[in-house]
Amino acid sequence: MGMTVTEKILAAHAGKESVAPGDNIWVDVDVLMTHDVCGPGTIAIFKEQFGQNAKVWDREKVVIIPDHFIFTSDKHANRNIDILRDFVKEQDLPYYYDVGTDNYKGVCHIALAQEGHNRPGEVLFGTDSHTCTSGAFGMFSTGIGNTDAAFILGTGKIWVKVPETMRFEFTGTLPPYIMAKDILLQVIGDIGVDGATYRTMEWAGDAVYKLSMEERMTLCNMAIEAGGKNAVIEADDVTLEYVKQRTDKPYTIHHSDADAKYYFKKTYNADEMVPMVAKPHSPDNKAAVTECTDVKLDRSYIGSCTGGKLTDFVAAAKLLKGKKVVIDTFIVPATREVEEDLYKTQMDGESLADIFKNSGALMGEPSCAACLGGPKDTFGRANSNEVVISTTNRNFPGRMGSRQSQVYLSSPYTAAASALTGRITDPREFLNN
Amino acid sequence: MKKTIEGQAYVLGNDIDTDQIIPAEHLVYSLTDPEEKKNYGKFALSGVPQESAGLPDGNHAFVDDGKFESQYTILIGGKNFGCGSSREHAPACLKIAGIQAVVAESFARIFYRNSVDGGFFIPFEFQTRVVDEINTGDTILIDVEAETLTNKTSGKSYKLKSLGEVIDIIEAGNIFEYARKTGLIPR
Repeated sequence: MGMTVTEKILAAHAGKESVAPGDNIWVDVDVLMTHDVCGPGTIAIFKEQFGQNAKVWDREKVVIIPDHFIFTSDKHANRNIDILRDFVKEQDLPYYYDVGTDNYKGVCHIALAQEGHNRPGEVLFGTDSHTCTSGAFGMFSTGIGNTDAAFILGTGKIWVKVPETMRFEFTGTLPPYIMAKDILLQVIGDIGVDGATYRTMEWAGDAVYKLSMEERMTLCNMAIEAGGKNAVIEADDVTLEYVKQRTDKPYTIHHSDADAKYYFKKTYNADEMVPMVAKPHSPDNKAAVTECTDVKLDRSYIGSCTGGKLTDFVAAAKLLKGKKVVIDTFIVPATREVEEDLYKTQMDGESLADIFKNSGALMGEPSCAACLGGPKDTFGRANSNEVVISTTNRNFPGRMGSRQSQVYLSSPYTAAASALTGRITDPREFLNN
Repeated sequence: MKKTIEGQAYVLGNDIDTDQIIPAEHLVYSLTDPEEKKNYGKFALSGVPQESAGLPDGNHAFVDDGKFESQYTILIGGKNFGCGSSREHAPACLKIAGIQAVVAESFARIFYRNSVDGGFFIPFEFQTRVVDEINTGDTILIDVEAETLTNKTSGKSYKLKSLGEVIDIIEAGNIFEYARKTGLIPR
């Protein structure tokens, strides 16, 4: 029996010829990532279990990326950064991207990619549910809690139940006004918020392989919103082109076998995709944008690991260029690199940053910011009954702050089009002009 | 591992996500400092919308104002309990608030795993949909060995799903104790 790409990666890391869904195996971990919200708890458990003077299993394999509560006056949040800093110093960890220094990056999932920590064939665990983003690189990656992370810190191993795989294939060509986010919202809406629980979401098909790495990351980012354990896209030339610019470390490319067994397979015609939203308060509460054009908005938010990459801002800038937003519009680059690119990237002689500023949008510093609400002084946080359209990943009650707010999830195209009208707006109204 | 767990039920619906269990603004507190970690009890389930807080009526505070522990010790949920973030603060805050078992129709993967590996409480699953047959405040008895749940208020009993392979970790206490028991890490 053949294996899927996920099964092959897990087998290789368990020292086994083959594995099958349902097997409980111990795998060797290539990278453990943590951040400011879960790092301090992880460190405390690590010390409690392995001793105050214990050393991490491999200092080259630990990556610490503070990104959640960064630009805040909250004293506990700032204390948590100090805990990370002390641990990094004590353990002499080479991969720490400290707040307030030139080495600060921003949102961990995008920083992992940009700093060369995502490599095909590897196994990466992170104390953040959107760690599934890294699956875009043809690797196994998933989110874990503090206890599992502390276990890995001490041993370099963790147990995994091999997931069944669901394959989503997109044939044909995506229309120019469709982004990876629209595909995701369609698929999550189709299978539901627990439609992929314990399973792998494998993305495939010509339309997927035509996507850039950033768009592939978006596609893998929200597997968790369907309950998925991981997402994966087989590595190809697009992957290698990106990886080679970021790291010299070796990697292994795995392909799913033709006779691999899938729990579920579905083929979509990419040409038929339409701009989608997820209505409050669940990522699977799908609707076509055209069904929601009477929804009045107070705010548009473009940012996060899901919707705050350069590709996302190029899309937004296409619509906002030379125009004025009519509602509060927040631009939050995922990382410093994305932020720098907003100044470097020109569109008809104007930088993306200038396009946003001239449109009346507000620009924030790279971090998770209001995607998950955060401390009260977080940039873009919903503090009242705002109706928000957002390129982020979750619209649970109170996710962006206030329990009274309502969040619609959309692509950057749709969020930008909506910023120009103050109601949910189909990007085709502007892109076709 | 306790043989039986008895307490008052607090009932929630489907898709209770980790932002409802513990809103992100509260994730700043230490999980180890004895005084500071009490805040997790105080804010446990504080993100649940009023109308669905303590079903079927709603509007039941899980933790009363000024308190750090709940009068309810058994959580009853619908489908996909604990979906969303990987924050271990979610099972931790429930335990700090005094929860001894969560019984749901189904769990999201990371929350389930965190509950077991961290040894916070036993995440049980019903064999069918039962959440609509239990009211907040009902007295619940769970027989851990027999894997049954009895609603002493209504008199109805339900068979729970077998804990399967995770029983070894639950019996050991947490993933570390399990690994010590099986020789994977030294004692």
